[in-house]
Amino acid sequence: MSNERHVHVSLRGVTKIFRGAGGTPPVHALGPIDLDLRRGEFFAVVGPSGCGKSTLLEVLAGLSEVTEGEVRFEGKPIHGEIMDGVGVVFQEDACFPWMNIYDNIAFGLRQTSITATEIEGRVKRALSMMGLTPFAQSYPAQLSGGMRQRVCIARTLVLQPRLILLDEPFGALDQQTRLLMGEELLRLWRETGATIFLITHALDEAAMLADRIGVMSARPGRLLEIVETGWARDRDSRIVETDEFGRITARLWQWLRGESMKSIDQSSTAA
Amino acid sequence: MKRTGILRILVIAGLIGLLEVLCRVGVIDNFTMPPPSRIAYDLWRILITGKFNAAIAKTFSNAALAFVLAVTIGIAAGVIIHAMRPLREALDPFFATYYAIPVLAFYPLLIILFGLGDAPKIIIAFMLGVVAIIVNTLNGLDRVPRVLLKTARMARLNPIATAIKITLPSATPYLLTGIKFAVAYSLIGIIGSEFVMSTNGIGFEIAFAYNNFDNATMYPLILLVMIVSISINTGLGLWEKMLLSRRGLR
Ligand SMILES: Nc1ncnc2c1ncn2[C@@H]1O[C@H](COP(=O)(O)OP(=O)(O)OP(=O)(O)O)[C@@H](O)[C@H]1O
Ligand SMILES: [Mg+2]
Repeated sequence: MSNERHVHVSLRGVTKIFRGAGGTPPVHALGPIDLDLRRGEFFAVVGPSGCGKSTLLEVLAGLSEVTEGEVRFEGKPIHGEIMDGVGVVFQEDACFPWMNIYDNIAFGLRQTSITATEIEGRVKRALSMMGLTPFAQSYPAQLSGGMRQRVCIARTLVLQPRLILLDEPFGALDQQTRLLMGEELLRLWRETGATIFLITHALDEAAMLADRIGVMSARPGRLLEIVETGWARDRDSRIVETDEFGRITARLWQWLRGESMKSIDQSSTAA
Repeated sequence: MKRTGILRILVIAGLIGLLEVLCRVGVIDNFTMPPPSRIAYDLWRILITGKFNAAIAKTFSNAALAFVLAVTIGIAAGVIIHAMRPLREALDPFFATYYAIPVLAFYPLLIILFGLGDAPKIIIAFMLGVVAIIVNTLNGLDRVPRVLLKTARMARLNPIATAIKITLPSATPYLLTGIKFAVAYSLIGIIGSEFVMSTNGIGFEIAFAYNNFDNATMYPLILLVMIVSISINTGLGLWEKMLLSRRGLR
């Protein structure tokens, strides 16, 4: 296949069913999903809450094994093991509260065979890139939620992953900070050339950042539609003023409106 | 110093002062209890003459040994029990009722088994402390955020490295609570055993002084035990406070 080189991650019939614990019925969380992520693209996923977005991310990360189907990263199948070159920024705050910011960012690097001088160089660059240099010796509790999230992003970036998975990284931030962090993420994406898989619940964020946006259905999460944005690679947050941005956001909402209502029904009947 | 700290010292100083006055004016007669200033002076004499140095060294070294055993074995056992769900479920009710058992009641049995040496005392103190450590270790391990464990998996830490680098540091505030209990329990276990039946140690000397109406020995030794255990706990409390404030928890 000629496009083999361009496919970075491929999912075929990926399905995840959580076995019910202690007499509860099994939960069909995800799939089946077929999807190819292109090398170096910025792919965003939107979907109603509880539709299986984080589950999909954990499958891609190798943290969670699929019930059915196959995931390949750079041509190699993933069977619930961590692949070299994959980095994750989780939905929850993953800073280690007992380590200062410097040590938090260096944590992943120190588990590798990378030399101490190289680690120091990378951490210092990441600190300055993320505007965290003055806080290197601070502890996570002394930082705001947005800064802690930047620590987690920096901690992943210093490992120079070729595939970066982000699970609602800006979920806890205010609108202005989100926009700026989004721009920051675009800049990092351009500089590193990595493939980005971003989960978000903000339609405008997806529309502004991504090359393609996957719209997921209510649980079990399937891909309903993939929307191509067609943005230039060196875009920034000013595209939100364009008509095209409005059209894309509107289209995402058309797809999601019904699904979100289903998802609310699901949770109210489950409760 | 914070206002509560000043207030605390004032309350304690006030109570000691009150006791001093009550003893001096004879409301509490001197055969019952000497005035606090006298007790402090007697303790000072005991320490500089070195009269009870052997007993003091015996008690605190035994307590230290029991404490170290309780902490290391307790944490290791906690980690293992936490990893084994069925074992955990089997033991939980035992832990919940453990402190209803008067451990000291086993002391005579231990003397029969091991003789009247240090071993029975250390075992009693260990038995008192170890379960507090296990329970608090389990408590702390239950509260390790899952996302930190996922981060460890992404960094491909093996289970032992994960326990050392992630799980235990995350659980440290809970471990410290257990450690504070273990300090108290190891002293109680050793001194209590010495008091009941022994040939040496502070507890033995207190019991001996008690039987001979020797207030000039009994009260200073009690004061010594109080000073030592309060100092250790205050030290651990300060460490805990620093740890918690660093984590934004206090
Ligand atoms: N370990 C698990 N065991 C059982 N069910 C699970 C487990 N993890 C997730 N689920 C269920 O799978 C479904 C999808 O969960 P997931 O966290 O992937 O959703 P999400 O789209 O990320 O939601 P949100 O938008 O709230 O982050 C939910 O119904 C959830 O309750
Ligand atoms: Mg999620």
